[in-house]
Amino acid sequence: MAKEKPKEKPREIRTEVFVPYEVAVGPTWSTFFDYLKEERIMGTRCSKCKRIFVPPRTFCPRCFEEMEEWVQVADEGTIETWSYATLKFYAQIPEPPFITVQVRLDGCDTGFLHRIAGFDLKDFEKVNRRVKLGGRVKAVWRKKKEGNINDIDYFKPIK
Amino acid sequence: MGRAVAIIGTGQTKHGRRNDVSYPELVREAVVAALNDAGISLRDIEGVVSGTMPSMMEGVSDTHLYFAEALGSVGKPVLKAETCGSTGQSIAHCGFYWVASGAADIILVVGSEKMFEGDGQATMTTVADPWFTKPFSAGAPMVFTMQSMEWIYRFGISEEKARDAAALISVSNHDNALENPYAHIHMKVTLDEVKNAMIITYPVRLLDVCPSSDGACAIIYASEEKARKICKKPAWIKGLGFRGEEFFYGESNKSIWPSATEAAKEAYRQAGIRDPLKELDVAEVYNPFTYQEMIFYECFGFCPRGEAPDYVLKGTFLKDGQLPCDPSGGTLCTNPIGATGLIRLAEAALQVTGKAGERQIEGARLALSHAMGGIDQFNGITIVGSEL
Repeated sequence: MAKEKPKEKPREIRTEVFVPYEVAVGPTWSTFFDYLKEERIMGTRCSKCKRIFVPPRTFCPRCFEEMEEWVQVADEGTIETWSYATLKFYAQIPEPPFITVQVRLDGCDTGFLHRIAGFDLKDFEKVNRRVKLGGRVKAVWRKKKEGNINDIDYFKPIK
Repeated sequence: MGRAVAIIGTGQTKHGRRNDVSYPELVREAVVAALNDAGISLRDIEGVVSGTMPSMMEGVSDTHLYFAEALGSVGKPVLKAETCGSTGQSIAHCGFYWVASGAADIILVVGSEKMFEGDGQATMTTVADPWFTKPFSAGAPMVFTMQSMEWIYRFGISEEKARDAAALISVSNHDNALENPYAHIHMKVTLDEVKNAMIITYPVRLLDVCPSSDGACAIIYASEEKARKICKKPAWIKGLGFRGEEFFYGESNKSIWPSATEAAKEAYRQAGIRDPLKELDVAEVYNPFTYQEMIFYECFGFCPRGEAPDYVLKGTFLKDGQLPCDPSGGTLCTNPIGATGLIRLAEAALQVTGKAGERQIEGARLALSHAMGGIDQFNGITIVGSEL
């Protein structure tokens, strides 16, 4: 190691990396988003294990079989898990506080990730009384559809 | 498993905010420490395995090119592996296979990260897919909190009991870290402070979450023949397991966590372990979140499913308990991600060779080390023992 020490303490230099992307959605997810524009949530079924996946898959991740059969599932379901986030992370889209949720849509074999909203989320205690594990939620559709996951605006608690 | 393999040296940097050194200087610090510990020189090293978080963490994508010299890899074969949080176990396994196969006798493995140089949570966001997961993610805490809530729900655990047990884990990890000179966080915390800390992603609060750290760790493997020649007391690799899962979070039951469960099963099969709670002397569980640590206890067979909070509350995993977990203070107090999983293995090796200093578990002969990564689709385990 060099014996001579810097005159001031070792410096930090501020720099930045900005990288734009174009990401291919693929045929299966393109079809899924087309269906969302019609307010239909469609999954694919594995011909071998018979599980229905939402988001749909081109092939079954476990059986490795192609999944060609499309099946409509409900736009309501049961809360499998949720989380209430209070911090804003870099490039995060929803403003905190917001609730991420995993919904088991009726007629589906996998959990589906989205958000719960449509009421005042600021007071956590109120949120905790309203949002329950095992509780029911229903999709609220956005009027103007763009063919992406936000065509479902959010899920709202029901009953 | 191929040829027998031993760890003959380990080295760690002091972890924390290390803006006193550049990244390559930090890496070299761990490499020099491991070489000194093994009592060998760089000339003896036949190949190097390195690993960090995926690109973007420090704004340099090809990190192993950036610090190849600091790894001591000039003129030698060098591999890089990255699997997010499980990187440390991935590179540990790569190095093991290299020696076990007979392709080399002495291999250096180095994991490192400079978390303070970039936006860690921004990098984590790029781990998720842009179509379905990223729009709803709030860094790593969201994912692990969702998993904890799912576990609480599926096993009908009371939120209050889970909260009490998680707080005890935080307090004991922080206490343990006070005895670890390498640990990032040296801070005494109380149960009430943990329970009333600021909510990050409910039910996880600030003191339930690991820090971001700068740090590096290195270990040196040797074949049986070389290990017996060079090292008085090597740590022998007894078993290893690594498993992956399907990508989308909702496609597997994360409360029973197939990859963690199966990785442990495979490692136990190789090590001949039937009752881990009784047979293991110490475990270094990768615990970036207190709640998640309890799920691991269940996946690893330390206790029945849904009962981890009861076992935690009766002190089973404390330093003087039946199976001490994370006597180093664990990931909860030190998390330079690319190094973290390797630190778990280095700490396990220190324990079974009696070199763990203040954090030594007396008489430890068999130790488990672990790391988790992906989003949480990967789990890797390595078990070391004081005898072959």
